[in-house]
Amino acid sequence: MHLRLRVWRQASATATGKLVEYDAPNISPDMSFLEMLDVVNERLMEKGDDPIAFDHDCREGICGSCSLMINGAAHGPMKATATCQLHMRSFRDGETIDVEPWRAKAFPVIRDLVVDRSALDRIIQAGGFISAATGGAQDANAILVPKTAADAAMDAAACIGCGACVAACPNASASLFTASKISHLGHLPQGQPERRRRVLSMVNQMELEEFGGCTLYGECQEACPKEISIDTISRMNGDFIRAGLTDWR
Amino acid sequence: MNLNARIPAGPLEKKWDRHRFEMKLVNPANKRKYNVIVVGTGLGGGAAAATLGELGYNVQCFCFQDSPRRAHSIAAQGGINAAKNYQNDGDSIYRLFYDTVKGGDFRAREANVYRLAQISVNIIDQCVAQGVPFAREYGGLLANRSFGGAQVSRTFYARGQTGQQLLLGAYQALERQIGAGTVRMFPRTEMLDLVVVDGRARGIVVRDLVTGDVRSHVADAVVLGTGGYGNVFYLSTNAKGSNATAIWRAYKRGAAFANPCFTQIHPTCIPVSGEYQSKLTLMSESLRNDGRVWVPKSVGDKRAPNSIPEGERDYYLERKYPSFGNLAPRDIASRGAKEVCDEGRGVGESGLGVYLDFADSIRRVGESVIRERYGNLFEMYQRITDENPYEVPMRIYPAVHYTMGGLWVDYNLMSTVPGLHVIGEANFSDHGANRLGASALMQGLADGYFVLPNTIGDYLASSKPEKIDVSHAAFRDAEAEVVDRARRFVDLRGKRTVDSFHRELGKIMWDKCGMARNAAGLKMALEQIPRLREEFWRDVNVPGSDRQLNQALEKAGRVADFLELAELMCIDALHREESCGGHFREESQTPDGEALRNDERFTYVAAWEYAGATNAPLLQREPLVFENVKLSQRSYK
Repeated sequence: MHLRLRVWRQASATATGKLVEYDAPNISPDMSFLEMLDVVNERLMEKGDDPIAFDHDCREGICGSCSLMINGAAHGPMKATATCQLHMRSFRDGETIDVEPWRAKAFPVIRDLVVDRSALDRIIQAGGFISAATGGAQDANAILVPKTAADAAMDAAACIGCGACVAACPNASASLFTASKISHLGHLPQGQPERRRRVLSMVNQMELEEFGGCTLYGECQEACPKEISIDTISRMNGDFIRAGLTDWR
Repeated sequence: MNLNARIPAGPLEKKWDRHRFEMKLVNPANKRKYNVIVVGTGLGGGAAAATLGELGYNVQCFCFQDSPRRAHSIAAQGGINAAKNYQNDGDSIYRLFYDTVKGGDFRAREANVYRLAQISVNIIDQCVAQGVPFAREYGGLLANRSFGGAQVSRTFYARGQTGQQLLLGAYQALERQIGAGTVRMFPRTEMLDLVVVDGRARGIVVRDLVTGDVRSHVADAVVLGTGGYGNVFYLSTNAKGSNATAIWRAYKRGAAFANPCFTQIHPTCIPVSGEYQSKLTLMSESLRNDGRVWVPKSVGDKRAPNSIPEGERDYYLERKYPSFGNLAPRDIASRGAKEVCDEGRGVGESGLGVYLDFADSIRRVGESVIRERYGNLFEMYQRITDENPYEVPMRIYPAVHYTMGGLWVDYNLMSTVPGLHVIGEANFSDHGANRLGASALMQGLADGYFVLPNTIGDYLASSKPEKIDVSHAAFRDAEAEVVDRARRFVDLRGKRTVDSFHRELGKIMWDKCGMARNAAGLKMALEQIPRLREEFWRDVNVPGSDRQLNQALEKAGRVADFLELAELMCIDALHREESCGGHFREESQTPDGEALRNDERFTYVAAWEYAGATNAPLLQREPLVFENVKLSQRSYK
């Protein structure tokens, strides 16, 4: 395949970025999108140019590192697929492909396609956990969890924290990310004692980080590589209202 | 060098209890006065940092990823073993212990493995309390499955994402401590040296991967949970960032490296599809229950698989191992595939692949049953290869998956450098020469949640570390070395990219120190690796500056260390003139081609001590004493 890329290049957080065009001949349709970028980078380096910086690690769709806006779509054109699992056969020979970083106020660009997603960690810090210090746990089977609850919790817990939901959202809201953790823990009996406190703290943190509000566009669930449902946001909103109406402290 | 494993006296099942009583404790009010550094945030490091924070220690935690949630433990699929015996099928702590020692081909320490089996049950309790969504039965009890040929169902799982869910549990516990202020987290920060003062580990030198700043961090103890070194082979199932730099720097500062040649090669991965391939993807081993492995009988047969008649196919596992057939153990299946590909009978464009054919099973039980059993795996395979495995056989090939070797540690998980503790895959302690399926997650969490947080207190309480800060000469010198090294890379302006060296190293290691090894090949590798290393330091191309985010520079540092570690792996493989577990020496096999251990000569841990850049490393031996288990030869025929 012979492709043309237009890639966002930005030397540092404070530098001005721009789209730069690259010619990418001899691309195999069996390459993953990141392997295509590897090849482009090898060629750049052989010419003595700086390679394109992008986040990646496991390359099997589970670590959540990779994060590219490809032709305006978070993780590109394939549904339920992270960029690292996207293959070049999803593109046409001769196509021009735009490659940009996640765009959100809460995700400042660090360099080229690399953004700072630490705001998501701080949302978890605010309450995305069950307070169970090591050592005090009872026998695992003493807590019965109905299969339906365990399955629903697992559906929500599949979130890989990539931030595609934020990038896809016209409001740059982190609602799907936040709601997936609230849903995961809220479905389980172990998550009940902190349920109200959790939703209030996490939603509050989400706002402090300057993510936008949710107006139910639904773009997040379309972009989510793990197909997390927007229903989790309904649950979060329900929990939030209930928690606000009671004394949760 | 002192290789005292400090295994507590007394009967096997009492050792850990007794040891916990005998260890010194740190007064709760004093814990916050101690600084502990934890490097790595996988199941070992993440769990350790969280637990040490809960106990009240002052923790500084580091990872090179942008978030502690991304460590490669996240990619583990199958599950985690625990001797709960919830299925009433005859499991017990002793059986898990025995299976692990035997599976490791009798090259692990009994006392450590027994403790691991004991703690396995606490891990499941802890993870459930944290909200890990393990699979459940309709009645609400935990579900189990059998895994990796175990005769009991002791594996707990969360769909195919067990590693992810366990890691998120540890990550959430860690974030809770970060919020509480007991742990300070440094993401996008890479450890580039260990600082030893007066013979004790007192801190690390790191590079901030965003700004390029080189800084020191001081502590009273250092914990490495930095994972394995499978990426020395370039292509592996490890994440791209997984590296050996932390443990390698520690080795060069005096920590012995144990059994470096023990690597696990997993038989069922999606094969390499081109020169550009960046990593390999594991396909669950369960596929071999219904798939038949074959290659064409004749060399260079490039016909499509479905047009090769039955009589011209070689079902080599069924032929060579009539009773185990396609279910032959991991190491056997992997070596078999390599053999037929070496003969030129491999399939696919690269010739490095064998067929895993479901046609017979589909004929026997129907496509819908196969779809029910393996649907998600078939889908994943199709997504990557663009081939439909219901119609054409899958192509698979073995890939490097895990390293059993690592830094030598005693029963307290402390290395030969006092104060330096090593946990999870980064140490060598529990899996001997071969790791069983669903045991890596168990060991990482055992070390991180339960063993280290206990044993580190004993070290801190019994050593009285003097107050030092980063102005100490040892820190200043180490920082200067780190800065110099980075400058040297960016000033080189050579012709070859880092990846091209890494690929070449990987090929040497795969050919000479991979699934089958022999003296001639290892000796050749020991000539090739130093030559490649010399060329690397002369001609590597690292664009950009060291004062910015520079991914080529990060890689260059890691590959420079792999180029040294590779040599040690070959030295170790050459010296161990026996076959055991994942280490198959062609000279040491039974007449019918099976692995042949030499217990008389090699029932020991080979711990290598760094002796300077120009000297050969020194071999120290820790004899392995088996008081409970009888050594036997594994057989698969």
